[in-house]
Amino acid sequence: MNFSQFYTSIDHFSIIPAVMLALFGCAILLFDFLIFPDPRQRKWLLIFVALGEGFTGYGLYRQHAWLANNGAASLIGFNGSVTVDGFGIFFNWIFVIAALIVAVVSYKYLEIAGEHHGEYYGLILFAQCGMYFLAMGTDLVTLFIGLELMALTFYVLVGFLRGDKRSNEAAMKYLLLGAFSSGFLVYGFSIMYGIAGSTKLADVRAAIELRPAWDPMVFLALATTSVGLLFKIAAVPFHMWAPDAYEGAPTTVTAYLAVASKAASIAFLVRIFTEPLASARVMWEPLLAVVAVVTLTIGNLAAINQTNIKRLLAYSSISHAGYMLLGLVAGNDTGIKGIAVYVMVYTFMNLGAFLVIVALRRSNIIGEDLDDIAGLMHKSPGYAVLMLIFLLSLAGIPPTAGFLGKYYIFLALIQTGHYTLAVIATLYVAVAIYYYFKVIRSMFIREPAEKAPLASSFGLRLALGVTGILTLLIGVYPEPFLRMAQTSLLR
Amino acid sequence: MDQHLLSIVLLTPLAGLAVLLFIPSSNKGLIRIWANLAALAGFLVSIPLVTRFRADAAGFQFEEKANWIPSLGAHYHLGIDGISLLLVMLTTLMGFLAILSSWNAVQDRTKEYYAMFLLLQTGMIGVFIALDFFLFYIFWELVLVPMYFIIGVWGGPRKLYAAIKFFLYTLAGSVLMLLGLLTLYFQHYQQFGFYSFEISDLMNVHMALGMQQWVFWAFFLGFAIKVPMFPFHTWLPDAHVEAPTAGSVILAAVLLKMGTYGFIRFSVPLLPQASADKTIVQILAVLSIIGIIYGALVSLMQKDWKKLVAYSSVSHLGFCTLGIFALNPNGLAGSVIQQINHGISTGMLFLVIGVIYERRHTREISEYGGLAHVMPKFAIIFAIAMLSSAGLPLLNGFIGEFTILQGAFEANRAWAAFAVSGVILGAAYLLWLYQRTMLGQVTNGKNLAVPDMSLREIAVFVPLILWAVWIGVYPKPYFDILKQPVNQIVQRVNPTYFAGRGQGPGARGQGGEASAELRGSGSRAAFDSPPIVRAPQSPAPGPRPQAPAGGGQ
Repeated sequence: MNFSQFYTSIDHFSIIPAVMLALFGCAILLFDFLIFPDPRQRKWLLIFVALGEGFTGYGLYRQHAWLANNGAASLIGFNGSVTVDGFGIFFNWIFVIAALIVAVVSYKYLEIAGEHHGEYYGLILFAQCGMYFLAMGTDLVTLFIGLELMALTFYVLVGFLRGDKRSNEAAMKYLLLGAFSSGFLVYGFSIMYGIAGSTKLADVRAAIELRPAWDPMVFLALATTSVGLLFKIAAVPFHMWAPDAYEGAPTTVTAYLAVASKAASIAFLVRIFTEPLASARVMWEPLLAVVAVVTLTIGNLAAINQTNIKRLLAYSSISHAGYMLLGLVAGNDTGIKGIAVYVMVYTFMNLGAFLVIVALRRSNIIGEDLDDIAGLMHKSPGYAVLMLIFLLSLAGIPPTAGFLGKYYIFLALIQTGHYTLAVIATLYVAVAIYYYFKVIRSMFIREPAEKAPLASSFGLRLALGVTGILTLLIGVYPEPFLRMAQTSLLR
Repeated sequence: MDQHLLSIVLLTPLAGLAVLLFIPSSNKGLIRIWANLAALAGFLVSIPLVTRFRADAAGFQFEEKANWIPSLGAHYHLGIDGISLLLVMLTTLMGFLAILSSWNAVQDRTKEYYAMFLLLQTGMIGVFIALDFFLFYIFWELVLVPMYFIIGVWGGPRKLYAAIKFFLYTLAGSVLMLLGLLTLYFQHYQQFGFYSFEISDLMNVHMALGMQQWVFWAFFLGFAIKVPMFPFHTWLPDAHVEAPTAGSVILAAVLLKMGTYGFIRFSVPLLPQASADKTIVQILAVLSIIGIIYGALVSLMQKDWKKLVAYSSVSHLGFCTLGIFALNPNGLAGSVIQQINHGISTGMLFLVIGVIYERRHTREISEYGGLAHVMPKFAIIFAIAMLSSAGLPLLNGFIGEFTILQGAFEANRAWAAFAVSGVILGAAYLLWLYQRTMLGQVTNGKNLAVPDMSLREIAVFVPLILWAVWIGVYPKPYFDILKQPVNQIVQRVNPTYFAGRGQGPGARGQGGEASAELRGSGSRAAFDSPPIVRAPQSPAPGPRPQAPAGGGQ
């Protein structure tokens, strides 16, 4: 039997970054006990992470160069199971950055928590491997495997603090609800397969296009798939897991979950809604519009009363999902580019905000309450100013990056005539200001409750510097970043 | 140097801020000196704007333009005309005086305090000199953050409430304004095929009246909350009462002018048909008049000195918006001059309150009485500030109010009739305030030992008093530099105004073009773009040729 017809070099090329991630993830699991028996040496495992990300990045770079050299919009591997395109490459760069930053800041946090194990780094890479397929997959099975690889790793990561009840509870909730939503998703996929007789997204799309509008089978597929997808991005009414999981998980994992997992899920969601379900737009546009508005409402209103900063940021990230959904509701090029820009700026600002909370975790202080951040300006002005930048950016105040994300969403809504949605979306910016400024007020106006210095490490300072500078830079001089986001339209 | 003068004016406070950050916060003396020097430098570098400004030239001067975000069509485009010149000078001077006045008042977190003021300066100057709507919007929002901290950190007992109220009100308005802006921006793209935030480009957009009205109301919310106009004014008394003295001064003198400036620079020229629409003009005039009378009546009832002045701002700014929507040269020029006057007079009144508050730590009017015996210098300065605010002839307030009333009279006699009652009420509450605090016998023993003003404190007032007298005695230069920009706006929004007076807009337009050519670039004169045909138009899908010059006739 001739295998070469199934396995060409193009196939290999289309998944090389994911292969690298998986290989380096395995390497970390192997070498953890062999060469770093002492927990204090385990931070050197970061070298493997850095190497893995380096090869992944190189792979992405080569893929990008290949697309540019051949003037092609996409590179199709494995008979259409994997499609490398500008969209997927753009999102994968975000995963690379997020994974690197999370890995670099984790060692100090995990040492303080007493749970510094080598497999943590391996799991980060495995999760990213799943994300790769979520952004690049164009086959229902590939996508589902990618999703499950990511989700299973996150179930473990969320419960990584074995001695902490909250962490265990969070993992259990996330696992049960996540498994349930995956069930819905795979049910939707099975109906799509039933309609098309194929798992390729292109075939499903063609089959659905032949169906009449408001076809009940398509509607059933759409409804069940949406449940799974909306659960992953924590949109209301499937958001219940997010505050608990965000609060209980180790903060570094929360950051990874809030940023990379959400970015991957958004990429997945955009792919499903704009490819196989594109012709069912009349059905899903009002559905997503309602979900987006409800998400903005619940996310923003529930955040107001939170006193735990991680929970507050969890609700804030729910509301951000609402804005991203609005980009899809608008659905034109500006909207899709808006989602890409939004995800990019959200990555930097949200990671940054969580990193400051990571620094607040000290040996006997949990450091997640509004009281714990009180008077930060007196204790560590640098951290306080950085947190101010991140929060202003999350709130969408220019000249920070967050404004640009919202700008594109609003513009897309106006271009497509969704004026009411635009007004609602803008008014929730004002609501969000209120709770972001609760944190700012606590940092700048209140007096510190305790004097213990922040848990800082080289990696943390480096990561904070990078995210802080980028959050400001994208706000002040966004041109190169907007060009990058433009490539995400190449599909 | 001329090409980058505006950038220098804009960036000087920011450069001062950058250096300030490197001074250790324990060294308060050095921080104070440096912040004052930076603010003074900010004022000094803005003086060449006045000396090199050409009153007879049309369009914008000292222009600077560079591509900033080509993907969005946003430019770094600065430039000033007579209107912005006055407001920039007001900003740089008041900014310096506000910083100078806080020498003793702020002992806590000095470094952050001055840093916030310098950041605020940059934001405010940027608002007045940006000729690109995107750039304008960035500066517009940039102002909110430092002001929030100035009120929230160094403010009075209810500072947190006042600070967040200020932020939420203005932000809610400005995000809705952003939607209006995006609508206009997208219309421009549909008609001309490229994205641009340039004001001069956006002026070419043709929109149906209905759409213009929607955009107008979106802009209105942004600007009216900032001014603040009548139903949106409730944040102002809170913010003023709780803010530290220098914060109140800047808030009253400069920040509120951002709203009126927004109307003059954006609402009226960009949406001429909506701005001249009968219903809209009526609504705005009525709101302004309600603001004038309501603000004055509420001032009359105040027991708190600072709250009284805060409500008087609502009344005075009612005059400014009334002048704008009279849509004739007198109304507009009067409005701009009244904005400067309000900056000077109300700035002085807040400084006066700051002086007495530093000594007695109360603003209850009933706590005072007969202060003139104890503090004669203070009494004189307060008298001048009060009279200039009340509109006494030979002082600045008179010129502004008189010109606005003249403009209002031309537009609608009833407006002038109602508005004039605001002048009378204004005199009433100010004189009564003066009587209750300064005249008579000293009734409260605590006031007997209050020291009079120091030299530094007097120095803060001197430039403002001189400026007030200058405007009051010889306002001609002000009217001269306002003539060109104001006529261009009137010609755009109310083209029949000049036609009815036998000097057609064509003649004016030619004058403007000729002087623009003198400067070697006709295209720079943004307001020279021909007036829009006033017949209702359907939105055109494709690029549309410009209306022929003088199409308004």
